[in-house]
Amino acid sequence: MDWLFGPFIEFGFMRRALVGCLALAVAAPLLGVFLMLRRTSLTAEVLAHGVTPGIAAGFLIAGLSVPAMSLGGLIAGLAVAVGAGALSRATGGREDAALTALYLIALALGVTLVSLRGSTADLTHLLFGQVLGVDDPALLLMAGVATLTLPVLALAWRPLALECFDPGFAAAEGVRGGLWHGLFLVLVVLNVLAAFQAMGTLMAVGLMMLPAVAARHWARELSGMAYASVGLAMLSALFGLLASYHLDLPSGPAIVLTAGVAWAISVIFGPVDGLLARWVRRPHLAG
Amino acid sequence: MMQVVTEKPEPRRGPAVEIANLTATHQRHPAVHHVSARFAAGSLAAIVGPNGAGKTTRLRTIAGLHRVDEGRVTLSGRKPRVALLPQQSGMDRAFPILCLDVMLQGLWSRLGAFRGTSAADRDRAQQALEAVGLGGFGRRPVGAMSAGQFQRLLFARLLVQDADLILLDEPFNAVDARTAADLLAVLRRWHGEGRTVLAVLHDLELVQREFPDCLLLAREAIACGPTAEVLSAHNRLRARMMAEAWDETAPACAA
Repeated sequence: MDWLFGPFIEFGFMRRALVGCLALAVAAPLLGVFLMLRRTSLTAEVLAHGVTPGIAAGFLIAGLSVPAMSLGGLIAGLAVAVGAGALSRATGGREDAALTALYLIALALGVTLVSLRGSTADLTHLLFGQVLGVDDPALLLMAGVATLTLPVLALAWRPLALECFDPGFAAAEGVRGGLWHGLFLVLVVLNVLAAFQAMGTLMAVGLMMLPAVAARHWARELSGMAYASVGLAMLSALFGLLASYHLDLPSGPAIVLTAGVAWAISVIFGPVDGLLARWVRRPHLAG
Repeated sequence: MMQVVTEKPEPRRGPAVEIANLTATHQRHPAVHHVSARFAAGSLAAIVGPNGAGKTTRLRTIAGLHRVDEGRVTLSGRKPRVALLPQQSGMDRAFPILCLDVMLQGLWSRLGAFRGTSAADRDRAQQALEAVGLGGFGRRPVGAMSAGQFQRLLFARLLVQDADLILLDEPFNAVDARTAADLLAVLRRWHGEGRTVLAVLHDLELVQREFPDCLLLAREAIACGPTAEVLSAHNRLRARMMAEAWDETAPACAA
């Protein structure tokens, strides 16, 4: 019990880290589920790296200030989202190569900008985040983004699902697919920014995508996947922080690694398309 | 076998569809070229023609999904509701959604993005599933269905939509004979209820047997009217002569 609760009772920074990560884990994986179902998982990665130059610019102007860096990141993220959308249309949906080019450039630009002024520590902060150094503005940002994401996503849920399942029908019924998708991308940018505070630009999508991909193995239906992804993300956040504390690991990677373990377990033991279910041949049913 | 669902028989009339000098293009090359045709209110009509004759494009222009370059599509009546059954290729059949939820999508025009469903709505969805022989499938994810079952499901969604004008794009592709017969029965029922039904089809025998009216397309309208007259040997030969390839050097059309 002490192993489980001790660190959080004893240390304020552990409590703050836990609250921040749980806020991320409540909202981000839901976006991840839709990204996965749209087969645009790469978009999350592109946006996470796309915000980097903006954050770096904010850092150059105002130092390590959450509002300045977030504003810069938001502008850069929205610009990349619009650019990625244009690329996607221009390439007829075969945008992955162009997107990869885009995010590599963005990442390199961000790192270069920070290196102009900052120290190695600043660079590490940018790349890997500081879960254990979450201050009040960062915590407010993470909780605020989660608070905004959940109701907006609840309103957008049905159009997003319909657009994803049957775009032709959605168009015939007059669903403004582009509008809802744009709103959805804004949510992804906001969540990536919130995650950036804790996990850095390299790990920001860890809690968004890994639990979402893992959730595929626990439910056959969208809402079940949503619950599973949030549950897995919260467990990953909790046990990731504990592992980081007890084993003295860097916290951001520890959380993502825990989410990775959860994914591996899901792939092997998950009831839907799990490897174990495929390996163990049970007798077929009578009808 | 099919159960016939007894709903309150309401007098209705599907809209007449008037197509006047319609041209719709893909990258400026006409897929539908100066086509005029008229379908009477409540008609059951087939649209036939060789591959690439612009059948799908024509259907999509009527549904308002493809830009009209020239000409006009007019539907009679006050705001008739239009439903389109597209070919399955545009859909994500692996999407994690239950059959009953697909049925409820048919109520989109009334429920939209936010409104909740009532018990009556869910009953109607269940009845539509039963009407196409998918009674026990409500809680089944669509990923677990065969192509034929999926086509039945899409028909059931059309039943829920309760539209006045129903547009079907190759509705009997990839379905077995029994499913096709069942779906045809649904079609006849719609016709009996006075809805206007237009279907893109390839099977000319089926068209001759089941569809009173017919439009033969080969990018331009070859003939339109009663099926027996439209599908004459002479007209069919003319349709087969259509050049499928674009003429890359085609000048702007002066007609």
